[in-house]
Amino acid sequence: MSTETVEHTSAEADHGWSDAKFVQLAVILAIITGLEVYASYADWLGPAFIPSLIIMMVVKFVAVVLFFMHLKFDSKIFSWLFYSGLLLAVGVYVAMMVTFQFFNR
Amino acid sequence: MADTAVLADAHADHGDAHGAHHSSTGLSNNKLAMWLFLGSECLLFGGLISTYMLYRGRHSENLGPDQLWDIPFTSASSFVLLMSSLTMVLAVSAAHRRNLRNAKIWLAVTATLGSLFVAGQVYEFTTFYREGLGFTTSLFSSSFYTLTGFHGVHVTVGIIMLLSLVAMLSKQRVHGDKAESVEMVGLYWHFVDVVWILIFTLVYLIPA
Repeated sequence: MSTETVEHTSAEADHGWSDAKFVQLAVILAIITGLEVYASYADWLGPAFIPSLIIMMVVKFVAVVLFFMHLKFDSKIFSWLFYSGLLLAVGVYVAMMVTFQFFNR
Repeated sequence: MADTAVLADAHADHGDAHGAHHSSTGLSNNKLAMWLFLGSECLLFGGLISTYMLYRGRHSENLGPDQLWDIPFTSASSFVLLMSSLTMVLAVSAAHRRNLRNAKIWLAVTATLGSLFVAGQVYEFTTFYREGLGFTTSLFSSSFYTLTGFHGVHVTVGIIMLLSLVAMLSKQRVHGDKAESVEMVGLYWHFVDVVWILIFTLVYLIPA
């Protein structure tokens, strides 16, 4: 076994993915960004416009968090810490929206 | 023999990293603190995004998002920031392979891409200001500048962290696990990218 092989295996064990896979993911994310921009100009999407943008945004968000930030390969405790903050943030957003809707009536 | 040396070296480094700053959970304290910090940052940006979403319709007739946004330009900025996440992950990967030369190169490329993004944001702000959109012009402008400005400050802090890390790695000033130091800066950088993914869609692409 060569030194290079040991290093390569060690890096993959730490990160789960090789550099080539990270590049592939970046290309996919760039394509999704292109689709988002295209969707913002496409009139034919109609009522599906906003849901399709939200879905693409969530896919990009989750991909970066899981793979670029290695959350998928790391301890579940890190996931709990991050998702707790994220859920609280979404809760704050929903609470604000509901409150302002309520008082606007 | 060479294999044994490499593995022994890897074990030594691993042991050093474990002995340095690990909690009773067996996890790195630095990493725990960074994820906790990022969780709290979600709340900060959650509040700012919520405020913008509430006030984005509160503007005068001719100074709203529809008149101001330059989607092709912002898309190019978003692409630059997205690619900086790739170069960052390549830096982390190189650091884990103990290839510090490549790690430093990728860190410098990431800082350059981040600087390009910030330059784009400064250009955008300047253009909006010249068109009459000041910070206190409307509730829309205040919430927009606060949200994107906070994000820009985060990117700028990230660039400073990246350049400091390159300098410290060059001068052998990073003690303990170097790969973990690169990873910590990487987590912060990816978070900044993740926040922009939300801002790009919610602020720029979805009409008010």
